[in-house]
Amino acid sequence: MTAETSRPLLSVERLSIEFGEKRVVSDLSFALHSGKTLCITGESGSGKSLTSLAIMGLLPKTARLPSGAIMFDGKDLLRLPERQMQHLRGQAIGMIFQEPMTSLNPLMTVGQQLEETVRRHEPLSRRESKQRARAMLDAVRVPNVDKRLGQYPHELSGGMRQRVMIAMAMLCQPRVLIADEPTTALDVTIQAQILELMRELQQAFGTTLLMITHDMGVVAEMADEVVVMNQGLLEERAPVRTLFKTPQAAYTKKLLAAVPVLGTMGKPVSKTKEPVVLEVKDLKVHFPLRGGWFEEARAIHAVENVSFTLRQGETLGIVGESGCGKSTTGKALMNMLPYEGSIKLLGRELNGLKGEALKPLRQDIQMIFQDPYASLNPRKTILDLVGEPLLIHGMKNLKLRTERVVELLEQVGLSAEAMERYSHMFSGGQRQRICIARALALNPKVIIADESVSALDVSVQAQVLELLERLQKEYQLSYVFISHDMAVVERLCHRVAVMFSGQIVEIGQRDQVLGNPQHPYTQRLLSAVPMPDVDRRKDFKSLLRDIEVPDPVKPRNYQIPRQAYKAIGIDHFVAV
Amino acid sequence: MKILLGLCCRPVVAMALLFILVVMLLALFAPWVAPYDPFEQFVEGLSLEGAPLPPDATYHLGTDLLGRDLLSRLLYGARTSLLIGLIANGIAVLIGTLVGLTAGFVRGWIGTILMRFTDLMMAFPALLLAIALAAIFQPSVWIVALVISMVNWVQIARVIYSETVALSARDFVAVERTLGASALRILFSHLLPHLVPTILVWATLGISTTVLLEATLSFLGVGVQPPTPSWGNIIFESQTYFTSAPWLVLFPGAAIVLLSLSFNLVGDALRDALDPTLKGRS
Repeated sequence: MTAETSRPLLSVERLSIEFGEKRVVSDLSFALHSGKTLCITGESGSGKSLTSLAIMGLLPKTARLPSGAIMFDGKDLLRLPERQMQHLRGQAIGMIFQEPMTSLNPLMTVGQQLEETVRRHEPLSRRESKQRARAMLDAVRVPNVDKRLGQYPHELSGGMRQRVMIAMAMLCQPRVLIADEPTTALDVTIQAQILELMRELQQAFGTTLLMITHDMGVVAEMADEVVVMNQGLLEERAPVRTLFKTPQAAYTKKLLAAVPVLGTMGKPVSKTKEPVVLEVKDLKVHFPLRGGWFEEARAIHAVENVSFTLRQGETLGIVGESGCGKSTTGKALMNMLPYEGSIKLLGRELNGLKGEALKPLRQDIQMIFQDPYASLNPRKTILDLVGEPLLIHGMKNLKLRTERVVELLEQVGLSAEAMERYSHMFSGGQRQRICIARALALNPKVIIADESVSALDVSVQAQVLELLERLQKEYQLSYVFISHDMAVVERLCHRVAVMFSGQIVEIGQRDQVLGNPQHPYTQRLLSAVPMPDVDRRKDFKSLLRDIEVPDPVKPRNYQIPRQAYKAIGIDHFVAV
Repeated sequence: MKILLGLCCRPVVAMALLFILVVMLLALFAPWVAPYDPFEQFVEGLSLEGAPLPPDATYHLGTDLLGRDLLSRLLYGARTSLLIGLIANGIAVLIGTLVGLTAGFVRGWIGTILMRFTDLMMAFPALLLAIALAAIFQPSVWIVALVISMVNWVQIARVIYSETVALSARDFVAVERTLGASALRILFSHLLPHLVPTILVWATLGISTTVLLEATLSFLGVGVQPPTPSWGNIIFESQTYFTSAPWLVLFPGAAIVLLSLSFNLVGDALRDALDPTLKGRS
């Protein structure tokens, strides 16, 4: 408790933010102590990002601040003239945003952007600023610094871009670094790398860190102190250990209870006796690339020889990082793109079917997409949207259709009144329920869920997962659940397949794959998952070394050698 | 009907609607409303020096270079201009939308052929094409309307094409495919409603451009043939006398501006009224 008594470096005092009549942050107070990490957490709409923007003086012009002060260095940042704020930004307070691609200027090289930032704040010569940039990139462990300095943002991977962003924010060695969801857009191993880097930088430069994140795992890994916000109000402010061990606020308890924790699920119910509903054999998806006249024809080999079976009432999780081919596999299962190999649904071959021949099979296999905002046509009422599959498949009678839609909406926990409304009038979780109702309309046997809960807040996510489980029991549904989130996969799935570079590297019962991973890639993936457990803080140092990912662009008719699998236990196979 | 009533609630929109309606009625009943024959050249309609007369009690809006009553010519001209503005522009919008929608949704070689043809039309000087077409056919109001629509659909097709491509990539279209919806259903039930705002904007903007294009054609002698009046050719006939007889340009000019402004206002209001996502928002 010594930190509490010493003078804080930055303190937010009774801050309120309003947009028009609406108060989005209300009476918020907290303090940042030198060299410590404070995490602000909460679900969407809690006002956590606005708070960080207020500190940077970057709130939109329409925002009003009826009360409050942000004290830094004996000055109130809210009352500082813009010129002085500009001076402070970057030099005393640095900021990292969520999306590294959009926060870097795509028309300037990495070197130019870094040097510009240095020179804006310090009167350095060209050579000195270049040296500073190079040293900073070294500090964030960017390999081949000299080459990187001349590269443009689009030439870097997501993780590299975020490292450059961090280097940029740290160039003038600010005393406070604000990171707004710095790892949300990144893969889990890249996230682990960035978290590790931030820890190292904090130690090397004594920077005070203010992190905004919705991920309780990240909070547990990084924070010294936590502020929990909900709808603009402060719910709880406590040291990290107290918060996780003995949460006080009801909201915090609810939030923590909703977070799925990896390794807490035990053995799944075995489904090996059930009949097979979906059989995938040697699935290959190649996207041909346009080449010149004299170039060799090339293709992106997105999915290579993927085989698995799915039984009635079973959930198969497909996990992997971006670009591993998991979503492409899902699209191939829906016949949304051309593929090689065989997909058998209830014994009927899907490959080669088109138009009218495919239509009856659509009744048995349906898909729920990641983004419920994008997958509902905003110009249609819910009745039109949920009733659409019925109409397409021949239920012309409006009365019958309406009855069925009411029934479907009730199944997913929505009232019949929802029918007359449009999708923008619903929250994210409700929209995903509408999507689920639509997918259920034709009584499918198999549902492909592609990152279907990733865009949702944890408490909403937990409800949707519960709904999916309940529907599975009621209708003996089989799910292919595509996700990057291991804890969610463990929560829902009976079996898990791990994909890497277009291939399945490990597949088996969830307790075996996630509890006793055999393939080095699975092990690496699992070791990178941040745990919402303050007693098990992970050391991500070993993850800082990147592994080699094979280039998916290969000659068009290149045949990949067939992957051999080794049986580890019953129904647990590992690529060798 | 509900939408129309809703539109009338906004005073500006109601006024615009009223103006359009009045112009339409006046055009329709021109033979009864017009004070004089639009083709008659009055001897007393010119000054002793042979200059046109400014507005007075006899000729309410003055007379033109040949001593014809301007008000009567404007009323009869409204027939031509409205016909061009609505029919020619309507056909152009229809062709443009169909070409853009098909090319953007089907893509592949059909889309490529359609869009390359559109590019070709765009690169080809519109005026030259119009002159060529008008020279082949016997000039009449209907041929002029046809020529104008042949020239004007190109930009609309381009815009609709790129919007359709973007819309087709949205998730809700992918969902429709997975539900087994036919291409026609996706096109007309899901894509077209999203294109309505764009189409309305182009359609209302197009009214003024087509009226002016008709005037250009008339000026070059391949448009509506004199002595048949149109708002455009009244301006073009007399634009060189703008300093000495400004009323000859001002009145038809104001008519064109007011009419296209009214259509733009109504179009904007219609776009908002047709967008359900704006419901329940301020």
